[in-house]
Amino acid sequence: MNALPWTIVFSFAGAILSLVAGTRSAALARRVGLTAALAGLAAALLAATRFTPGSGLQTILDLPWIPQLGVRCHLAADGISLTLVVLTGIAATAGVLFSWNIDERAGEFFALYLTLIGGVYGVFLSADAFLLFVFYEIAIVPKYFLIASWGSTNREYGAMKLVLYSFAGSALVLGGLLWAFAAAGGRSFALADLAAAAARFPRGDQLAMFGLLFFGFAVLAGLFPFHTWAPTGHVAAPTAASMLLAGVVMKLGAYGCLRVAMPLFPEALAWWQPAIAWLAIAGILYAGLVALVQDDFKFVIGYSSVSHMGFVLLGLAAATPQAVGGAVLQMFSHGVIAGLLFAVVGRIVYERTHTRRLDALQAMPLHRLLPFGAVVFVLAGMASMGMPGFSGFPAELAILIGTWKVSPLWALFAAAGILVAAAFTLRVVQVSFFGRTAPAAPQAPADDHPFAPVTWPEKAGAALLLASTLLIGLRPDLLLNWITPALQSPLMQAALKGGRP
Amino acid sequence: MSSLPLLSLLVFLPWAGALALALLPQTSESTQRRVALAASLSTLALTLALLDGFDPARTSPQFTEKHAWIRALNVHYHLGLDGLSLILVLLTGLVAPAALCAGFRSGGGVRGFAAFFLTLQGAALGVFLALDFFHWFIFWELSLIPAYFLIKIWGGPGATRAAYQFVIYTLGGSAFMLLGFASLFNAAGTFDFQQLAQLGADGSLARKLGGDGSWWLQAVFLGVLLGLAVKVPLWPFHTWLPPAYAEAPTGASMFLTGVMSKMGVYGFLRILWPIFPRELQAAAPWLMVLALGGVVLGAWAAMRQTDLKRMVAYSSVNHLSYCLLALFAGAQSSGRPGAVSEAATAALSGTLLQMFNHGLSASALFLCVGFLEERTGGRRGLDDFGGVRTVAPLFAALTGMAMFSSLGLPGLNGFVGEFLIFRGVFGLAPWAAAVATLGLLATAIFLLTFWQRVFHGPVAGATPGLRDLTLTEAAPLLPATALMVILGVYPQLLAGLINPLVTAWAGHLTPP
Repeated sequence: MNALPWTIVFSFAGAILSLVAGTRSAALARRVGLTAALAGLAAALLAATRFTPGSGLQTILDLPWIPQLGVRCHLAADGISLTLVVLTGIAATAGVLFSWNIDERAGEFFALYLTLIGGVYGVFLSADAFLLFVFYEIAIVPKYFLIASWGSTNREYGAMKLVLYSFAGSALVLGGLLWAFAAAGGRSFALADLAAAAARFPRGDQLAMFGLLFFGFAVLAGLFPFHTWAPTGHVAAPTAASMLLAGVVMKLGAYGCLRVAMPLFPEALAWWQPAIAWLAIAGILYAGLVALVQDDFKFVIGYSSVSHMGFVLLGLAAATPQAVGGAVLQMFSHGVIAGLLFAVVGRIVYERTHTRRLDALQAMPLHRLLPFGAVVFVLAGMASMGMPGFSGFPAELAILIGTWKVSPLWALFAAAGILVAAAFTLRVVQVSFFGRTAPAAPQAPADDHPFAPVTWPEKAGAALLLASTLLIGLRPDLLLNWITPALQSPLMQAALKGGRP
Repeated sequence: MSSLPLLSLLVFLPWAGALALALLPQTSESTQRRVALAASLSTLALTLALLDGFDPARTSPQFTEKHAWIRALNVHYHLGLDGLSLILVLLTGLVAPAALCAGFRSGGGVRGFAAFFLTLQGAALGVFLALDFFHWFIFWELSLIPAYFLIKIWGGPGATRAAYQFVIYTLGGSAFMLLGFASLFNAAGTFDFQQLAQLGADGSLARKLGGDGSWWLQAVFLGVLLGLAVKVPLWPFHTWLPPAYAEAPTGASMFLTGVMSKMGVYGFLRILWPIFPRELQAAAPWLMVLALGGVVLGAWAAMRQTDLKRMVAYSSVNHLSYCLLALFAGAQSSGRPGAVSEAATAALSGTLLQMFNHGLSASALFLCVGFLEERTGGRRGLDDFGGVRTVAPLFAALTGMAMFSSLGLPGLNGFVGEFLIFRGVFGLAPWAAAVATLGLLATAIFLLTFWQRVFHGPVAGATPGLRDLTLTEAAPLLPATALMVILGVYPQLLAGLINPLVTAWAGHLTPP
């Protein structure tokens, strides 16, 4: 457990070091970036091996920080945090591997990248609402620069939209937090203290505070109709940033909902529950259907992320132990799978074909020219479709089971969402990699100039992500054994009780 | 018996073969063929080994393997084999190697085809052996992916659309089934088929889902039913089947019709009937009407086809509907004593035997049409040939056997299954048997038309270019043909494996 704070330290230290290394050479900066990401992953895994699953947050570090406001530097973890910290380690490492081709200002790129990662680790480990919020903001800012400087299509627009949405969400969260803090007497930002005080707030205030906090966080989780930043942002971002955005940053929002909004105001959750669930379902179906008709490869994946995050939010809204456990599992699963999909589209395919238009890709027999990409994408697509054997399946099954308890109708719509996901995934597999070509296409430069061979970082990154989704698909209990006890803590129990109809 | 996990080996050896093929790119085609064929034949070899230790008198699953898997969802790794599973595993063992050999001939790379094919074979075996929904569903869904690629990459000109339609239809059904099991899990806290069946039989499952006749109980039942009905397919959910079977390469068509179509019927017997005996009984009259729709309209549609492959595809709809008809007739008579149970025994035995027989004869017919196609550059129209019998006598003889077996000629295996089905259905629901004879008539007409137009008459069309089969080419067909005769004359060989199970089942009209 004590290894966990090192994930934050390694990331921030790596950020500074890679900035320095970047002045020497891009290669050095890359190596520093990889070392820092691997160190973070190693620390997370080391902590995981020593973790005893139990209920409640296990404090790792608790120091006073701003005594006047009762803000403490309080780091703690339970099975849910640990799951997401491990995910962050995996996604960060894979992201560095897939940005191995960054040459332009590599030092700055990896510095921003690792700052983002450090912020993410921080959010997942904070037990103090103020500290959590600080890390949350640290994670948001670098995104703008990553997209605006290294992005592609419409990058200024995508970056600006993403940051405006994020900040609007943060403003809601901050408003909700300060209001709750003041109403509680202004002595402490500790989650446990706030929750204890919140139970005595007037009901109307509770409803409003929950709304501010939940929807503020949910913007970042891509809750419909506040999701529109996600597809444009994902598409504009450089590959590694897309991987992190979809893979980890969207989880920050869902995590905030689960860790802050729900335990603080369980009664409000009961009131808001139908609205959240229906919005989540709308997101699952709407984004899935939009993904079905996109003609840009990356937009398909971007919308699919929104659709998959809809399952997470539905699971949270249902607030039964299975549904919330499934939601956390889905966070992990989607983090890995979205990373993989963006890696194939943005790095493996785009860097070689220089197009993401599906009709252009259809004209290339990509499964023959790029068999590695085809195999990885088919496997990732199967995982994304929720095929049994991959991590998405146990997660979605648990969400369905848990949601059914609250409302079979919601479960029915969610199941329809699984079908839509299958339809758009299969379509994009079919069109992108297995398009039929006319035997003698006039302009087929690809045949004469085979693509650059697949490099080792691409292979290593894909292998890491594929192994993760398969391992959790076949042994979901590895994570569920951490998550389930964590849901037994008094705070989580209160939140789950709130969701009961 | 031995302590070897035989059933796990049964499932995983084909997958090991697929993995070996995928990882060994630099081998010659003949090595790849040998590896693939060995992996595919492993099923037959292991099944024969199983037969030695199999006790037909025991009606509970044998050779079981059960290990805890996911505690949070009470999921177990659970494999077991009873008579029902056994004949389907045996069928897979017989059809798969022949289909694989046919696949080798269709060109376009041995390695990829064989790897996908073996993945599909392992998945089908898993479906027939897994006894926990979570475990079972992995195989059930996973089988779609290799099937998709087999059709898409090696199939005919319309393959892309056919494959997409096939997967989306089936997944659509599965999504509802998944939802149904999500609610079953909420009610019962287990995914284990045997435990669920026990709860289903004593009615406690119905109580937990809101009592007999409650809306939710019906919804859950319909969800599971839909998933299975699309897979079989039950009319009118069959529209994906003709294009998928017709566009698939010969080897894949053989496996799809021979083995994969049985997965759905198996699901009815293993899942739907045991877990929802009363609901199935209540719905049986309606379902029998749908099955009759498949019997009659499938045969009539086959009669109207000019493409031989589509004709065989529609005849599969017709034959599978017989299985379902008998199954529903049996389910309908649940709880009625006396003479009924004798008829129910006949109907159930008929269902099981028909599954096996259809697997042999339909896959043989696809192989024969495949030969015609291969020899004449892809022609397979009813009017493209004439007088094939004089040019290719061996081929004509083998096709004729498959055709007459499919037709239900006495003395061949197909007759036994269909006779039992008619005997059973007549005893349980005479009206249905009367309507089903229309299907028999239409089947006779289209198969005889096929026989006459293609094999008889003056040599015409593409026939002059035809060469007769060499002995190696005929080899994949020979075991199936031999079995058609043997099982036609001595059906006890197969029926003996399932008799105690079927008798016990029909005695209570709930699975033992």
